[in-house]
Amino acid sequence: MTTTATVTAPAGAHAGAPRRTWVNKITDRLGSGGVQVVMILLGLFWLVPTIGLFVVSLRQPEVNSAEGWWTIFTKPAEITIQNYQNLLAGGFTSSFWNTVFITVPTTVLVIGIAAMAAYAFAWMEFPGRDGLFLVVVALLIVPIQIALIPVAIFYGGVGIFGSIPGVVLFHVAFGLPFAIFLLRNFFVGIPASLLEAARMDGASEVKIFVSVVFPLGKPAIASLGIFQFLWVWNDMLIALVFADTNNQPMTKALQSQMRQFGSNVDILSSGAFLSLIIPLVLFFAFQRYFVQGMMAGSVK
Amino acid sequence: MTERLNGPQDPPATIAGGSVPGPADTPRKQRRLGPSPTVAIVFLLPAAVLLGIWVVYPIVYSIFRSLFDATGSGFVGLGNYLTIFTDGSMLTTIRNNLIWVVVAPIVVTTLGLIFAVLTERIKWATAFKLIVFMPMAVSLMAAGVIFRLVYDEDPDKGVANAILTTVHDTFSSSQGYPEARPREGDQSQVAAQSGAVVTKQPVQAGQPVLVPIVGIKPEIMPGSAAPAKAAPPGNDLSGTVWFDFTAGGGGKNGAIDGSEKGLPGMTVEAVKDGQVAGTATTAEDGTFRFDGLPAGAYVVRLPQSNFQAAYHGLTWLGPTLITPAIIGAFVWVWAGFAMVLIAAGLAAIPRDALEAARIDGATEWQVFRRITVPLLSPVLLVVFVTMIINTLKVFDLVFIIAPPSVQPQSNVIALEMWRVSFGGGNNQGLGSALAIFLLILVLPFMIMNIRRFRRDES
Repeated sequence: MTTTATVTAPAGAHAGAPRRTWVNKITDRLGSGGVQVVMILLGLFWLVPTIGLFVVSLRQPEVNSAEGWWTIFTKPAEITIQNYQNLLAGGFTSSFWNTVFITVPTTVLVIGIAAMAAYAFAWMEFPGRDGLFLVVVALLIVPIQIALIPVAIFYGGVGIFGSIPGVVLFHVAFGLPFAIFLLRNFFVGIPASLLEAARMDGASEVKIFVSVVFPLGKPAIASLGIFQFLWVWNDMLIALVFADTNNQPMTKALQSQMRQFGSNVDILSSGAFLSLIIPLVLFFAFQRYFVQGMMAGSVK
Repeated sequence: MTERLNGPQDPPATIAGGSVPGPADTPRKQRRLGPSPTVAIVFLLPAAVLLGIWVVYPIVYSIFRSLFDATGSGFVGLGNYLTIFTDGSMLTTIRNNLIWVVVAPIVVTTLGLIFAVLTERIKWATAFKLIVFMPMAVSLMAAGVIFRLVYDEDPDKGVANAILTTVHDTFSSSQGYPEARPREGDQSQVAAQSGAVVTKQPVQAGQPVLVPIVGIKPEIMPGSAAPAKAAPPGNDLSGTVWFDFTAGGGGKNGAIDGSEKGLPGMTVEAVKDGQVAGTATTAEDGTFRFDGLPAGAYVVRLPQSNFQAAYHGLTWLGPTLITPAIIGAFVWVWAGFAMVLIAAGLAAIPRDALEAARIDGATEWQVFRRITVPLLSPVLLVVFVTMIINTLKVFDLVFIIAPPSVQPQSNVIALEMWRVSFGGGNNQGLGSALAIFLLILVLPFMIMNIRRFRRDES
């Protein structure tokens, strides 16, 4: 990325120098020093709320209700992991595992099912293909709310309401349009000669899919995987409706404590922080794929 | 398996002839080899089943269900839709969504553009982008908890009000002493007068004024207050404002006793003929002094502002500010998305075009306004539209940030849908109507996506 300041334009050096509006004066004067200060302030604005959550989660409820978290800088001795110990002793571990048991299968299923469909859309001829793909594009932004009531009735009928498979299947279905869209657009770019060569050699479609398309599609699959993982990990609405108390993920477990926010700050802050550690680690580790997926799927 | 040689003009016989997409709607190059449609169906089947049962069928079902009452037994026609547009609390809900759609996308897109342009001018752009982008990875649930803490009304706990009060107090030093009043009586020099405290008689320099105050709650007493002192005699008009109360009893009313504290930060005015001739502020020991006041007799007055509560910031989570406050959290979450997309668009702009304009004498603002923004307009539109769709569907942030008592004032359609059908309402007819309403709201963007996709493909 270029770091040369663009403010060095020799504005006055030319005949017929431009009109000096107040805006120019400000942009000229800000220079890099002013920009630095503004950017540092903005960065703090984005960083401070999360730091606040972290510090609050490291202090006793009595301390939190008496003073702001920023006093920690003068009293570092108040740091304690007591809240986290209480949280884990109080059954939060099971909702952590529920989150994992919902998120991992969903991500795997979405990738597998969407990759198959995307391959068909990209490299197979069948009647109505283009029309069907437009349906997928249309389904990209269907609000989840539309399916809550019908699927709840359907789950009640087949007896999986409240269970983890029910939650997973709902997530998979609503993850598919984006996943198919993203992968199909990537697969289309695979050189035709590679596939033709494989087909000439008599490889089956399954073999081509597994040993040519899937490996070549790795970057797109990685982008999709991280997106899908974060979506499901962070979901609250679907869990709220379809997961019962035994199967609830962290988001639902924490939501049930929100009503008494003031007296539950210790549980809520430490629980919220625990729930965001894994997404943050993944995000920092795979941010390149995250951004790629965002770009590719920004029609959504 | 079943693959075989297929010429493009030789579609598999199992298919009704001619329905294979021709070159006109297949922009990609024709293929000589390909599997039979049966294989395609096998590859598509899992996705088709899931999308059919979980997405397409529910849309159809919801349309029918929305025409029936809460239990599903009575047909009500468009009655549920009528409720959406006539019920008072529903109208508040729709109004809130309208505020969201009008405000949030503009703010997010503008901020994203500003951030993207500014990051090109700093060396730590990557770090800045990571910081602003990070909330994208955090659940809206956690973001909600984060902002519940930020918006805490007590400026000693919530960052937002802590910053506001600090800024406020920097520009206005007045320390508030609500409910405080003068100790009145024959010996007292002062009396209460329409909310202010004034000297009964005009006073002159050389005779320090004693202003005894009572009725101050311990929690209001500023920590900086020092033991009160009599003002040193001098040529200026001076005096002492102090808390005339000795803890544990004792002490003489109207006199400064050893343990009594001064009241810092009081605004004191010297008034002559109804005009304020001078203003002073009390020190930590309660003393004040008017510098350079012309000699003469003045009424000393402690204006009413001293006896109002100190500034405590805004009630972010109250009924009035709740929607703007939650939009603030939404902006915090999404600005990074806008910034990263716009920055990528910015990087794709040919530098030559900008440089050429500068050499031709264009100012930075002109370059930005006439070249950068128009070249960015496709990506700005994508960000803007994505944000509109997101604001229409906003749920978690409102649900988590708004305290129970202000949920009605902060309600949005997506949340009301859940509440009506699952969160105690148990009215699936109205819930379905709300879901369909939401679908209709995103329909224009669905059509837009399809149009854009077809254009990009051809």
